[in-house]
Amino acid sequence: MAKKIRVLIAKPGLDGHDRGAKVIARALRDAGMEVIYTGLRQTPEDIVEAAIQEDVDAIGLSCLSGAHMTLFPEVVKLLKRRKSGDIVVAGGGIIPEDDVPKLKKAGIKEVFGPGTPLAHIVDFFRKAAKGG
Amino acid sequence: MAEAEDLKELERRHRRWESTALRESLDAVPERREEFVTTSSRPVARLYTPLDLARTPDAERLGNPGEFPFTRGIHPTMYRGRLWTMRMFAGYGSAEDTSRRFKYLIEHGETGLSVAFDMPTLYGYDTDESEAKGEFGTCGVAVSSLEDMKALFAGIDVGSISTSMTINGPAAAVWAMYLAMAEAKGVPWTKLRGTIQNDILKEYQAQKEWLFPPEPSMRLVVDTFEFGSKHVPQWNTISISGYHIREAGATAGQELAFTLANGLEYVRWGVDRGMRVDEFASRLSFFFNAHNDLFEEIAKYRAARRIWAREMRDTFGAKNPRSWLLRFHAQTAGVSLTAQQPEVNIVRTTIQALAAVLGGTQSLHTNAYDEAYQVPNEKAARIALRTQQILAHESGVANTVDPLGGSYYLEWLTDRLEEESYAYFDRIQELGGVIPAIRKGFFQQEIANSAYRYQREVEDRERIIVGVNDFVVDEEPEVEPLRVTEASLRAQVERLRRIRKDRDRRKWERALDRLRNACEGDENTMPHILDAVRASATLGEISGVMREVFGAWEEPLLY
Repeated sequence: MAKKIRVLIAKPGLDGHDRGAKVIARALRDAGMEVIYTGLRQTPEDIVEAAIQEDVDAIGLSCLSGAHMTLFPEVVKLLKRRKSGDIVVAGGGIIPEDDVPKLKKAGIKEVFGPGTPLAHIVDFFRKAAKGG
Repeated sequence: MAEAEDLKELERRHRRWESTALRESLDAVPERREEFVTTSSRPVARLYTPLDLARTPDAERLGNPGEFPFTRGIHPTMYRGRLWTMRMFAGYGSAEDTSRRFKYLIEHGETGLSVAFDMPTLYGYDTDESEAKGEFGTCGVAVSSLEDMKALFAGIDVGSISTSMTINGPAAAVWAMYLAMAEAKGVPWTKLRGTIQNDILKEYQAQKEWLFPPEPSMRLVVDTFEFGSKHVPQWNTISISGYHIREAGATAGQELAFTLANGLEYVRWGVDRGMRVDEFASRLSFFFNAHNDLFEEIAKYRAARRIWAREMRDTFGAKNPRSWLLRFHAQTAGVSLTAQQPEVNIVRTTIQALAAVLGGTQSLHTNAYDEAYQVPNEKAARIALRTQQILAHESGVANTVDPLGGSYYLEWLTDRLEEESYAYFDRIQELGGVIPAIRKGFFQQEIANSAYRYQREVEDRERIIVGVNDFVVDEEPEVEPLRVTEASLRAQVERLRRIRKDRDRRKWERALDRLRNACEGDENTMPHILDAVRASATLGEISGVMREVFGAWEEPLLY
């Protein structure tokens, strides 16, 4: 049997909006992935530590408070520092269009805005885990 | 309620209709779908008639407006006497940034203020603490000190306008800042009108902005009830909120049931403190969501009033009719706003606001169309306010009380929502009450389940969201961005530095020591929080003392 794809769904910063993160976690689990949900108020350090401990293929970050420009790139930076730059990082939440290219430049592989179909996100993580 | 004979006749005629006109129609044009459901996935029948209604007399179920059980409204004349308060939730950047927005909204006709705080403030952190990194002013205003509170209300007459503050974990401290600000302006507390949200139970269930574990948090809430009833008699010391429960994914029925269960829990805690129920019950207020399903929402508000009146009078023995009244604020559903074709959100918000008005709300916030992207820009906020003004002055819906009362469908829905609430009350009771149910993750799991079901329905296109999974256009939306400036952040950090440097250190230290003692003991903390605020203690410092005494809360992890 093929190894299950492992994804960490994380809520960085103080933002308490966890509806989206939980729905995504469940959709990935229903699609056969192993999902680890960090819970709220995680620092980028906490998230990177959990990702390495849990040996995940990818991380999904969710932030609706507007702190994404500070917190998302920090996760990528710390992963690289811990020699785990192969873990794919994606983000979602309330993210202005202008910020998307900046986040991608900072190493966030994909940014999902409100209304993105679940199937689309599931596909993304499937491909990401295959190194695609 | 119809007489038994009439009902029999009605039933005969209904059967005849089903076998003739209805059958022919269905043969010619089948219905669009097998099952029709509400936004909350409640099945809806083709037609409602008196046959669907409860057999209890209207006088008991509905009563007159302003009379028990208040199903039709809390005032005899409702909006013919006074329109609802148009209260726009606003806040971003620094106190000065937000104060400008307040004045703009007042200038354009809003009639009450409502403060949105930023994430660090909501968690009791100062802007310059490490936890606040990246979060300054992004989804509300930063208020770290009395100085910030003074800047926020500079030039605003707090003796005449009412102010609502969406603050929960650190509500007591932020309220103390407001009270100290009014004191400094020379406005007596007896003249102050407003609301602190202060509803910590729904934080554990849905909004997730808690500071401490449930029990010490509840103690702080009751401290504010007690303090308010003695010193700030016109202030609503809590706004028991279903809004966030709904936003997190709950159905209308869950929103109603969990909110009222929380409300009853606060009353129990107040009574356990030794207060008479009539001493504080009239200062409890409520806050509900106004979502897409017009009739279901209206029914929810009507059921809420009926259940609350009955519980307060019959279960808690409240004697003062004011204690029986469920007064509420409503806000249109943020979660319903789409990032796609955002201007269409104006239409959604209009329908939702209409539900709140037809449901008899006391005050209303209408969301701006750009809120799937950001805290609203000025123009978007103005259109949202105009939506309320059109409902009030052009639509005619404010001309009569409870205009939909007696609608078979609406009354049926009201009865069903009421039943659903009582079924949930029983389940919560079986789990040992609200706080044990929170510890078991009951509410959280119920909400997550509903959120997931809704999303699957959208995904499978059983539920159409215009612009998202149907009627899609391929164009980039134009939303004028609102950004918090670096200059605001620098000024805020500088103000905090100056406060810490200039204050009387001994006075400050003594105040925090006394606050610590009060937290460790069982006296009311409010006077000590006020003294700490007056001695220029910051929000982060006050919350820090409390964190040391009360500890932290880890929520059960589930999804």
